[in-house]
Parts: sequence; C-alpha cells; structure tokens
Amino acid sequence: MSAPKLLSANFGSEVSHRLDHYLERGGYDEARRVIAEVEPEQVIDQVKRAKLRGCGGAGFPTGMKWSFIPKGGDKPVYLAVNADEGEPGTFKDKYILTYEPHMLLEGMLICGKAVGCHKAYIYVRGEFDLPIERMEQAVAEAYERGYLGADVMGTGFPFDVVVHRGGGAYICGEETALLESLEGKPGHPRLKPPFPALVGLHGCPTVINNVETLALVPHITRLGADAFLKLGVESQGGTKLYCVSGHVNRPGIFELSPSVTLRALIDDYAGGMRDGAKLKAVIPGGLSAPVLRPDELDTEGSFEGLKQVNSMLGSAGLIVMDESVCMVEAMHTIIQFYAHESCGQCTPCREGTGWMRRIVERILAGHGRAEDTANLDSIARKITGTTICPLGDAAAWPVMGFVEKFRDEFEYFCKNGRSMVSGEKVGA
Amino acid sequence: MAAGDNTTTGETLSAALAAKEVEVTCFPEELREECDALRARYETPRAALMPLLWAFQRRYGYVSREMERVIAEELEIPLIWVRETVTFYTMYNQRPVGSHHVQVCGNLSCTLCGARETIRMIEEELGIAVGETTADGRFTLSVVQCLAACEEAPMMQVNDRYYGRLDRQRVREIFGGLE
Ligand SMILES: Cc1cc2nc3c(=O)[nH]c(=O)nc-3n(C[C@H](O)[C@H](O)[C@H](O)COP(=O)(O)O)c2cc1C
Ligand code: SF4
Ligand code: FES
Repeated sequence: MSAPKLLSANFGSEVSHRLDHYLERGGYDEARRVIAEVEPEQVIDQVKRAKLRGCGGAGFPTGMKWSFIPKGGDKPVYLAVNADEGEPGTFKDKYILTYEPHMLLEGMLICGKAVGCHKAYIYVRGEFDLPIERMEQAVAEAYERGYLGADVMGTGFPFDVVVHRGGGAYICGEETALLESLEGKPGHPRLKPPFPALVGLHGCPTVINNVETLALVPHITRLGADAFLKLGVESQGGTKLYCVSGHVNRPGIFELSPSVTLRALIDDYAGGMRDGAKLKAVIPGGLSAPVLRPDELDTEGSFEGLKQVNSMLGSAGLIVMDESVCMVEAMHTIIQFYAHESCGQCTPCREGTGWMRRIVERILAGHGRAEDTANLDSIARKITGTTICPLGDAAAWPVMGFVEKFRDEFEYFCKNGRSMVSGEKVGA
Repeated sequence: MAAGDNTTTGETLSAALAAKEVEVTCFPEELREECDALRARYETPRAALMPLLWAFQRRYGYVSREMERVIAEELEIPLIWVRETVTFYTMYNQRPVGSHHVQVCGNLSCTLCGARETIRMIEEELGIAVGETTADGRFTLSVVQCLAACEEAPMMQVNDRYYGRLDRQRVREIFGGLE
C-alpha cells in the first residue's frame, strides 16, 4: 500500500513552489516533450488507458472528457481549472496550489496540447489568499522564463493562463456556474445539454477539470499509462489525495492508492479515533456523500468501491464522527449549508432545502411531529432528479442517508422532544 | 441565496464604520492601469468585472453603490450587471466592515471539534454577537461555511489569514497580536 507520493512529496516545503525548485526535479520536461513530440490523440489515449478519474467529485474519466472537444473547429478552446474547493470536508487542492503550483501548470500545458487549447483560467475560491498568491507568483515566474506565453519553451505553442479569484459562493464549484462566474455573472448553473465541451466559456468548447486531476497528468506521461494504472485499482489509475477530518487523532491529508479501505485510512493513517472514542459514522466523500455506518468501512476507497455501498468517493473528504454526535444536530449543520448555498433557480432545491432546514430546526427545538422523519425523507426524494444542477441531489442524498441509517434517533427526538444521544434539546 | 452575508443592510452604521465610507464619483486614476490590464486579459468587459470589483475592494475596503455606477460606466456595461454580481457573491462588502473581519467556520468538521463553543467564546472575547462590529470599528464577527481547512478545526479566517486549532488562549494571542 506504500504508494509513491506523486503530488504530496513536497507538501509543507518552504521552496517547492518556486520554479527553480520544480526545474531541479525535472519539472516541465514532460510538457516540453509532449508539446514538441506527441500527437494530441496519443496524449488523450494515454490518459484514457491510465484510467485517470476526475477528482472534483464525479469521478468522470478524464481522457474521455478531453476526447469530447471537437477537433479543428474555428472557435478557440478554453481550459477552466476548478480550484473552488468548496465541498465541506475537502482541503486538498489548497495544498497543490500552495506547494506545487508549477505541477498544476505543467498538467494544464499537457492538457492544452491534447485538446488544442491556448488559454486557461484557474478559478480559485476567494478565501484562498496564500494559495492565490502562490499561484499568481508561479504564473508570473513561468511567463518571465518562457514556460507560458506566446512561445512556450521555444516550441511555438502559445499558452496563456489567468488566475481568477472567486467571490465566496459554493455553487461556483459546479462547472457551468463556474463558467458563468468567469464571464462576470452570478453563479447560476446552466441547463445541460449543451455540454461545456461544445458550448462552454463565451460559447466556445471548454474543458473543466479539478486541480488534482490536472496535477496528476504530467505523472501519467512520465510514468506511462500502464505504470500509472498499476498505482491504483483496476477501475482507477494513480494515487488519490484523501482528506480526513473530525474525531480522529491525526486529521490531515494522505496520498494513497485507492485500494486502501476506509477503515485503514481512519485507523492506520489518521491515527484512529480521538480519545479512544467509538466510531459512529463516516461521511466518505465530502458533505454531499451519503453517510456510512462502522460496518460499511471495509470498502475500497475508490470511486467504484464507494458505489458498492451506495455512497460516493466524491471529493475524497472523510468526515469522521464518534458516538457523542447527535445525528439530528449533525443533519442540521448539513442542511443549513445547502439551504444557504442554493442559488435559488429551481423551486425544488430552493424551497426544499429551506423546508427541510425548518423541519430539523423544529425537531431540535423539541417540537418535532410524528410525521417529520418521513417528511424529511419524502421531501428529499422529491428534490432528486428535478433540478438544473446536482446541488439539489447533493442536498437530498445526505438527508436520505441520515434518515435511513439513523432513523431511530430522528424518531426518538420527535417523540421525546430531546436528543437520544445527549438527552437534551438543542434549540437551533 | 448566498448573497449579502457580509453586509447587514437596513442597520445604521456605527460612527466608526461610517467614518470609513469614501466618496468615489469618477473612475480613480490609480486603478486605471490595472483596469486596462484586466480588460486586455479577459475576452469581454463583463468578464473583467469580478477582478475589477476585487481591485476596488482592496483599495477602499468595500464596493459602494456609487462605485458600482463608476465601474459600470468604465466597463460600458449596464449597471444591473454590476449590481447582480456584487449582491450574488458574499465576499464583496457593500458597506465598510471592521478592520479585522473575523470569520469563524460553522460547518460540520469544525462543529465536531467544538466550533459552537468557539463562536460563543469569541463573542465573549470581543463583546459582540455574530453579525456585529465592535464600537471602535476594529472587529466584525461572522460565521461562515467550510473554509477548506477542516484538518485544523475549529478554525477561523481573519482578513487574509487562516488560524486553526482555536482555544481561548490562542484566540487571545491572535487578537492581541493584531493592530
Ligand atoms: C454543487 C457543486 C459543487 C462543486 N464544487 C466543486 C469544487 O469545489 N471543486 C471541483 O473541482 N469540483 C466541484 N464540483 C464538480 C464540478 O462540477 C466538475 O464536475 C469538476 O470540476 C470536473 O472536474 P474533474 O472531472 O477533474 O473532476 C462541484 C459540483 C457541484 C454540483
Ligand atoms: S439545483 Fe439548486 S443550486 Fe442547482 S441550479 Fe437549481 S437552485 Fe441552483
Ligand atoms: S468544516 Fe470548518 S474548515 Fe471545513
């Protein structure tokens, strides 16, 4: 299980973000070679065979996404890098931006060659001051020394990069909202189709990829597709960055093979449960992923593995809860987040999230009604599949998961007006 | 709707915050160069709007209604385009805020690690409730969503810096070290 640290070897370093340090490590060699010598189709084919899966949440095969970009069209092709990192429980892209900004730029250059793109935007969440500063510094250094600009490394390949600062809206991590935001508009997701590969930024073909996804690309071309695939599992090549937070001894970021089980991740890497407490529940893939019980943790931490237990790897942010947690209270924290972040375009999402929040608040205040548990489940079910973007689903899934797996706690709270765990009412 | 959290509208500004209001009636010369560079970098004038708003906020601490008008005229775009963007994004301040904007994370990982108690403790330390500004205009306190630093829960952001693993002593040290 000792996977090589492709991305994280220099996390925490004082110098790894500088161009010279990256060059000493062989940085930009792959971009130079690929731009000068490799055909776009070959790059895409290699990324496909390496089975790189998108790390932003959906796990979509990256090579396939790139192959959707029309070849030889008359419109420019854009690359939008998703560095919005808004999914609660996730904090991995911040490390790449801060410690390996040039690795990201190199992956972007290779992507640019593969899809015929000459202009990229990096959309960074607005709160990330240090990561933005590092990224801007890296872009400036790369321009100065000819790794970006009109003639990248003397190959004749032009490539421009703009770092764009977000404004503090979770929804802008959704890819079409991100495009709207890059056009200066409010982040209202677009109806699909048309998909961004055909009609994206300013109406032009656009690739949208997560930071981690792109930072892995130079490693694919360097190692070769087969060696990269071998680092992972059959359905998913390469290593994966896992974020573990909550009630563990060593919360943090771990780069591992996706063959790792969630249990090993918590016990062996994150140092086990804090204060020897007993584990109660784990949200495995950022706040939107359906919750798991302790008996479901022997599953493989891959996109396919999590699917088998009806959850998802998502952004690989694990939130670990011990037995002191009242699930009704936890549910409130979750649902108030989605109610707050709904962009308001679709009625089921806008009204449903607020409605579920009010029900949970009523339960917490000790005024729960007998039908409230069932109502939460039924409202959530009616949101799924009826909205423009997946935020509606992302709000509904955790509710359905909590109610299914911890129904007794919800029913107890409604019936007795206090928490089954703490014995108290909470008052929202 | 995600808009407007950093700006309690309807409430009158304290004298200390009112003193930070600035009058901007035409496009400031000192931002002209940056504005021209942004317009060259982006495909359309509208796309240059968010970075230009950031430039105004860096310079003045907030974006007033007058500034919105000045920006719309400079970019030659309808005022409503500026207005809807300013109000959609939570990070654009529509009025002056305290010199130190204390934003405590209230999402799940932080709550599991005691954020609720941390928020109460910070309210005590500053003598204000969430959403308020101290009378001297130094501190504004907000509760925000996950700041992508859950490994350091409970955590907060003060202006451009992140601080994690908060307890009372650490919070006192941090606040004491600020101007
Ligand atoms: C509500 C919502 C929020 C999202 N937030 C993020 C985010 O913060 N970062 C990210 O990379 N992807 C996020 N995504 C996923 C993106 O829409 C998109 O699938 C991803 O950026 C594609 O990149 P990938 O194929 O490399 O994973 C979000 C999706 C939704 C529906
Ligand atoms: S699902 Fe929610 S967030 Fe997504 S477009 Fe509809 S209202 Fe907006
Ligand atoms: S939950 Fe507080 S930083 Fe993520």
